[in-house]
Amino acid sequence: MVFHLPHSEATHGGRQPEHRSQGSLMQTSLLLPAIGESFRKLDPRIMWRNPVMFVVEVVTILTTVLLIRDIVAGGTHLGFAIQINLWLWFTLLFANFAEAVAEGRGKAQADSLRRTRTETLGKRLLMNDEGGYSHLGLYEEVPAPELAVGDVVLVQAGDFIPSDGEVIDGIASVDESAITGESAPVIRESGGDRSAVTGGTRVLSDWIIVRITAAQGSTFLDRMISLVEGAQRQKTPNEIALTILLAGMTLIFIFAVVTIPSFVHYAGGHISVLILVALFVTLIPTTIGALLSAIGIAGMDRLIRFNVLAMSGRAVEAAGDVDTLLLDKTGTITIGDRQATAFVPVSGVTEHELADAAQLASLADATPEGRSIVVLAKEKFGIRGRDMNALGAHFVPFTAQTRMSGVDVGDRQIRKGAVDSVIACLGEAVPSVEQIRQIADEIARQGGTPLAVADNTRLLGVVHLKDVVKGGIRERFAELRRMGIRTVMITGDNPLTAAAIAAESGVDDFLAQATPEAKLALIRSEQASGKLVAMCGDGTNDAPALAQADVGVAMNTGTVAAREAGNMVDLDSDPTKLIEIVGIGKQLLMTRGALTTFSIANDVAKYFAIIPAMFVGFYPALSALNIMHLATPESAVLSAIIFNALIIIALIPLALKGVRYRPVGAASLLRRNLLVYGIGGLIVPFIGIKLIDMLVTSIGLA
Amino acid sequence: MTRPLGGFLKRVLEGEQHVLGRFFGPVERGIYRVAGIQADREQSWSQYTLAIIVFKIICFVVVYALLRLQGALPLNPNGMGAVAPDLAYNTAISFLTNTNWQSYGGETSMSYLSQMLALTVQNFVSAAAGIAIAAAVIRGFTRRSASSIGNFWADLVRTTLYVLLPICVILTLFFVVEGVPQTLAGSVTALTVEGAHQTIALGPVASQEAIKMLGTNGGGFFNVNSAHPFENPNALTNFVQMLAIFALGAGLTNMFGRMVGKERQGWAIFSAMAALFLTGAAVTYWSEAHANPLLHALGIDPSLGNMEGKETRFGIIGSALFATVTTDASCGAVNAMHESFLPLGGMVPLVNMMLGEVIFGGVGSGLYGFLLFAIIAVFMAGLMVGRTPEYLGKKIEAREIKMTMLAVLCLPLVMLGFTALAVVVPSGLSALSASGPHGFTEALYAYTSAAANNGSAFSGLTANTFWNVTLGIGMMAGRFFVIIPVLAIAGAMAAKKTAAPTPGTFPTDTGLFIALVIGVILIVGGLTFLPALALGPIVEHLTMLRGTLF
Repeated sequence: MVFHLPHSEATHGGRQPEHRSQGSLMQTSLLLPAIGESFRKLDPRIMWRNPVMFVVEVVTILTTVLLIRDIVAGGTHLGFAIQINLWLWFTLLFANFAEAVAEGRGKAQADSLRRTRTETLGKRLLMNDEGGYSHLGLYEEVPAPELAVGDVVLVQAGDFIPSDGEVIDGIASVDESAITGESAPVIRESGGDRSAVTGGTRVLSDWIIVRITAAQGSTFLDRMISLVEGAQRQKTPNEIALTILLAGMTLIFIFAVVTIPSFVHYAGGHISVLILVALFVTLIPTTIGALLSAIGIAGMDRLIRFNVLAMSGRAVEAAGDVDTLLLDKTGTITIGDRQATAFVPVSGVTEHELADAAQLASLADATPEGRSIVVLAKEKFGIRGRDMNALGAHFVPFTAQTRMSGVDVGDRQIRKGAVDSVIACLGEAVPSVEQIRQIADEIARQGGTPLAVADNTRLLGVVHLKDVVKGGIRERFAELRRMGIRTVMITGDNPLTAAAIAAESGVDDFLAQATPEAKLALIRSEQASGKLVAMCGDGTNDAPALAQADVGVAMNTGTVAAREAGNMVDLDSDPTKLIEIVGIGKQLLMTRGALTTFSIANDVAKYFAIIPAMFVGFYPALSALNIMHLATPESAVLSAIIFNALIIIALIPLALKGVRYRPVGAASLLRRNLLVYGIGGLIVPFIGIKLIDMLVTSIGLA
Repeated sequence: MTRPLGGFLKRVLEGEQHVLGRFFGPVERGIYRVAGIQADREQSWSQYTLAIIVFKIICFVVVYALLRLQGALPLNPNGMGAVAPDLAYNTAISFLTNTNWQSYGGETSMSYLSQMLALTVQNFVSAAAGIAIAAAVIRGFTRRSASSIGNFWADLVRTTLYVLLPICVILTLFFVVEGVPQTLAGSVTALTVEGAHQTIALGPVASQEAIKMLGTNGGGFFNVNSAHPFENPNALTNFVQMLAIFALGAGLTNMFGRMVGKERQGWAIFSAMAALFLTGAAVTYWSEAHANPLLHALGIDPSLGNMEGKETRFGIIGSALFATVTTDASCGAVNAMHESFLPLGGMVPLVNMMLGEVIFGGVGSGLYGFLLFAIIAVFMAGLMVGRTPEYLGKKIEAREIKMTMLAVLCLPLVMLGFTALAVVVPSGLSALSASGPHGFTEALYAYTSAAANNGSAFSGLTANTFWNVTLGIGMMAGRFFVIIPVLAIAGAMAAKKTAAPTPGTFPTDTGLFIALVIGVILIVGGLTFLPALALGPIVEHLTMLRGTLF
């Protein structure tokens, strides 16, 4: 048996997060266009979006103008000035490069998606006399772009589905690999929760009649392309807040630097604009400023490679903040089907006898529950499956009227079914009725479903059918609890059964006999207490809750309504992914925080490099502050600015990959990150600047 | 002392029942009736801010008028004339912003009426306004989805009536017992042993002394402030004065904890402040305990430490501690001449003020100033644990960050901007008593003290019109450009929902958070000033070691 484990290969089948773009972070095919792109992004109108780097650009242009003036006028110290200028431009280019690399990966994906969007013809059906549509009816071939919302098209085996729509008739297997990357075909049928089809996918067998729901240009594929391309990328709330913080710090350092000439004038010294610019650029948070947008783009990209489409960056950020996770029981917490786990006979009947009868009644039963009874009987008592024909047995299938199934062997009539149905069939007069009811209640209390077995008029006992909780799910919930996330199981079961399964799986809470209204009410009450709620769903009746939740992950197999309501679409339709989505959201914020801390902590070392260099000309005593013992004032300034530029390049991989997230409590996460990026940020530049200084001096650059 | 005071403050500001309310309740209600205040009508943050500004304008007009007209008004036994316009403007701003920068010498220019009605009254109400604002900000954190943050007039009256007045009465009595004069009689002229006539200034000193400390005002009755034997006669009064300076600032951290429902949150702030205070005090003491190495070289006994500009009755410890305390809190009272401290000893008070007076700080202003840094710390920490940052259950978003940065920006702008101006224009330079780095430090200290609303001076500076005007602007900017964003944050916070803490929210009452806030205060608040400090006290210290003095 294959359990549907959240992490097992069975679930993702080799479709681990990286499956969309195999290979390293920095493919050469991406690097070359990114270099060209870094120059194009020097355009101030683009730079303007990033205040920190925009300010760097302004001062760099200023120093370049001054440099040209000096060259024309034949000034001295030109070599030093040229080098500083070069490194200032490098700082800008490196920042642009980081963003271009992050975007490049999305662009490559968008291109491959575009290739799949072939120009197809749609078979637009004409309405028949009864005002309906038939797959045998007349149709006209219309180019896909001309299809309007509300048109009805026929899609037959081999055809591409011309646009997004809802199946209104028929059933077909559909190859959705263009969208999901998953080659196994999926079933799409009218009614129910698997009625949505996506333009650009292909019908492999049978036919479906589809009502078009999206106009050309706003289809799922179009949206996907623009998302991965980052064309509609807008700054997310948290990114805006951080940008403001960084802009504020830039302003503070403007004050710190522009007042220096006046101080220096008082002290009777002189200071060049070039040195001031160098100090200013090294002090303002260029590291995080340069990498900020790359981090955001890479975060979205990580989700896409994980086969989840976030409709906005806001949703990704919200995912990191989620406090409450609503999970459907079936398919997420338990494996989809119930399994027989025990035979409980009434007194006077042996377990073996019950197992034998139950197996006999289930031999021809193709349902997973029936099969699990056969398997259990074999495992427990070695009762082998028998050939129905050899026994001359006659299978009695399950019907909604009898709510029983079974087998007739000669004059033996073996039946299994819901306890109440079996008793209703046999009548209250038969012996052991009371005992059967007791056993059934006991099983229900344990979270199981009782199935009564009768041989003619004799009640033999009860088969205990149980919801099987997925392996490893308990540990995942414990992990979530450590992350500070409360899990709530949603189920249609009665409270007794729900409580038992909740206890077994380790969820924090459950909502039993859940109706769409109850789900919606639960989300609202959680939100009212300031919590962020995530859920996933696929059915139309999930749509209101998906829309209400802060993070609503719609399954790609779900209905159009559900997909419209959610702010993320999971292309793999795997509800357990919600857990990973939360991790990706957190990782995005953590990466920003870590690099901001690092960037600000860097300033201490840079001060110690530049301040003595700046003032030592007229206050020789200040050379005592040169604790790194940098060779000359020129080499000190140059080393600081080189370090400042190179650290951007050095941190691009971290920005793209993201800081590793571990599901531990916030306090220990903070302690670790503070240690690595805070204390590390204090120390690293001291070492880096010293090393660069040694190098710069040894090759005689300054 | 922090706990009972915090508890009492909370009762007063939350409008709960308390002992004093039984006695002074009728007085409170009487004031409301006369002034037409509806104490239970809640104000939105903008109304609250408007109320403060209106109140401050009234204060300014009253104080300015009193100072200009003091010659014609009663209670002027020493016959002081009208205060010059620029000095009156500077003094009015100075007292209503709780700065109490004194460009005047109290005993030589102010009548008793001015001291009592203009200055002492402002000492009370400017302190009360600070506490009121702190309370309003805390309400912003505690209220959920609310549109109001309290009533300024009620906060003002309650704080003055129930907190400041009673404690001041006790302190005044104590100071009188210890020999501080409290009289309306004029100066006494005495014949000294050398046969010269000396005028011994007197006046209602003790009462002003009490509020000067408690309200972290720091405006002394006499020119030399708490170094004067009539203001601060002995070591015991010195100790009590320091205690009084910190009392309300510390008490407010506890009130914060109580109001947000978790005293530990208050203690976390208290600990961060205490750690910064102890470090500063230790550095100052270490610096001053060593005599000037150049004097040592001349053969003078170094065991006394650096006694220049200090009163022998306080000694090194009393002076160093007092300097740290008065600049940690935005008090500004001095019992020694900070100018005469050795460079590093003088730098500590300077840095304390540059950090924005958040180490216990001015009453109220210390707490809300600290909260600004806490917001930045929370923001960075929140990011590092992968959540939208939240402090006390309130999400910190773009708007709060914008306001915080506005408030944080204003200090370096004023401190550095005006210093840069003063050290190049002639009218600025002419007021400096020293040259070189020491003169630079004088200028930097003055604007830092003004913007941080401290009011202590490095001495040496002879304030003229240029200084009076620019310092006045600095004091206003340092007060109101912080208050307005802070109240805007309070308003935004009050309107937000409060999220219950989960294991995913990082705790803001632990040592880790305390360390982070200290780091943010030092790096964000302090690093900006490093170039200026390098050109002032640091270079002075280094050159002193090399044998040059300024």
